[in-house]
Amino acid sequence: MTATDNSDSRAASPVIEFAGVTVTLGGRTILEDISFTVAPGETRVLLGPAGVGKSVLLKVVNGLIRPEAGSIWVFGEEITRMPEEALFPLRARTGMVFQEGALFDSLSVRDNTAYQLLQDPAISSEEIDVRVHEALRFVGLEETFSLFPSSLSGGMRRRVAIARALINNPELVLYDSPTGGLDPVTSTHIMELVMKERDVHHTPSLMVTHRLQDAFLLCSHHFDEQRNEAVPLPKGQTDPNTTFLMLDEGRLIFDGGVEALMQSKIGFVREFLE
Amino acid sequence: MAISRIERTAKEIVLTMQEYHAFAWKAMTNIFRPPIYWTDFLIQSDIIGVGSVAIVLLSGFFTGGVLALQSAKTLANFGATAITGEFVALTMIRELGPVLTGVMVSGRNASSMASELGSMIVTEQIDAMRALGVDPLRKLVTPRIYSSIVVLLLLTVVADACGIAGGAAVTVYLNHQNATQYFHMAYEHIIFSDLVQGAVKPLFFGYLLSSVGCFYGMRTTGGTQGVGQSTIKAVVASAVLIISIDFLITHVLLSIFPA
Repeated sequence: MTATDNSDSRAASPVIEFAGVTVTLGGRTILEDISFTVAPGETRVLLGPAGVGKSVLLKVVNGLIRPEAGSIWVFGEEITRMPEEALFPLRARTGMVFQEGALFDSLSVRDNTAYQLLQDPAISSEEIDVRVHEALRFVGLEETFSLFPSSLSGGMRRRVAIARALINNPELVLYDSPTGGLDPVTSTHIMELVMKERDVHHTPSLMVTHRLQDAFLLCSHHFDEQRNEAVPLPKGQTDPNTTFLMLDEGRLIFDGGVEALMQSKIGFVREFLE
Repeated sequence: MAISRIERTAKEIVLTMQEYHAFAWKAMTNIFRPPIYWTDFLIQSDIIGVGSVAIVLLSGFFTGGVLALQSAKTLANFGATAITGEFVALTMIRELGPVLTGVMVSGRNASSMASELGSMIVTEQIDAMRALGVDPLRKLVTPRIYSSIVVLLLLTVVADACGIAGGAAVTVYLNHQNATQYFHMAYEHIIFSDLVQGAVKPLFFGYLLSSVGCFYGMRTTGGTQGVGQSTIKAVVASAVLIISIDFLITHVLLSIFPA
């Protein structure tokens, strides 16, 4: 095999791969026999009602929860039984946005956003400031630089969490219900940021949501860098790199594109869509 | 039914003990491998140490005073009021200084550690920290344990000094005895083994209160109610452990340094 073949196979290999993953917490099976992949440049939307294990699945991807059975590969490395310390370098390549933002209350927006960079003594304070400003500009919150999380609204906290996840130019982004509990205008703004990361930086991602409108917005729009806003795709077109997964009671019941989702005959999928 | 409940409870206790020891061992040994968060160590020393000075100072002073008050009458029956200074100083240095400081600091700081870390667990801040590539045990627990050990030793010295001063105040102003005699007796009868006992105990108590506080905090489940439960467990367990371990340490030290 030539060097080109090697690099091709690496490029084509999935960013995330789940094979028969089962997760048990407190004696209860949360996820059962889950298998799917996330390809480079692909955005996968994980749908399902509350309490079916979506957030747990996202934490399993980042090694925050360990599976009972099955195998997980992230960036081509098997993390299933990887020790916690060996996971840190992989996590540094992944950005994760938590459900409620999970900002550190005792730190300013600057220190929250720069948390990962602050751990590296080689990065100067000036460089950190520049990168924090850049990340906060990306989410439209540059003016909050010196504020503390307690003085931010729910939507602003979520946007700072996105800035924190993206500051280190991650190779994979995990979004846990980024619009949960937000008003429609703020939700649309957050979804624009998700779209911006997808279309400007082409970062693969896995997004958990129970809101169909968010999922369809991602499929039907793309981010226009010139206009700095999300614009609809021409009629009948959808984003080919945005696909869906659906969970029901810990089992993966759907894996496919938007058309397959709309035409699915699976009872639960139909019920969820209607 | 009753037997199975006892069996389940016994298993839970053994499992908790096992988890606590694994947790504390890992947190303690983190100091030997980088990264070591020295800034957090200093911040925690300030919060735990400087923040506790007032309560330690007051409780030490009044405990010394009470000791002098209570002992005066009994000692007078034997015509031994002259040894009040020795009695107060030895009791404070060997026993009450370390135990009182341990219990007071655990009431203030084991609870705050459990509630702070518990809140971080329920708001996913601990998960966020792990996701950002930082080990929460290393960043949050290790600095708290080592700073508690160091500052509890210093706070115990403060409590001992205040206790002896409180005893002196009572002896001079209420019992109308001689201050020089009080301090002379205290100074003359304190020997090396007393100081060793007084210095060894806070090291164990500092370790206990911080590791128990952090352990219950990091095990929090069930939202804000769970944070409350963790805080209660941390305070109760650390106070009971301090008093029980004090008995063991005293027994061991007395066998090493017999009177």
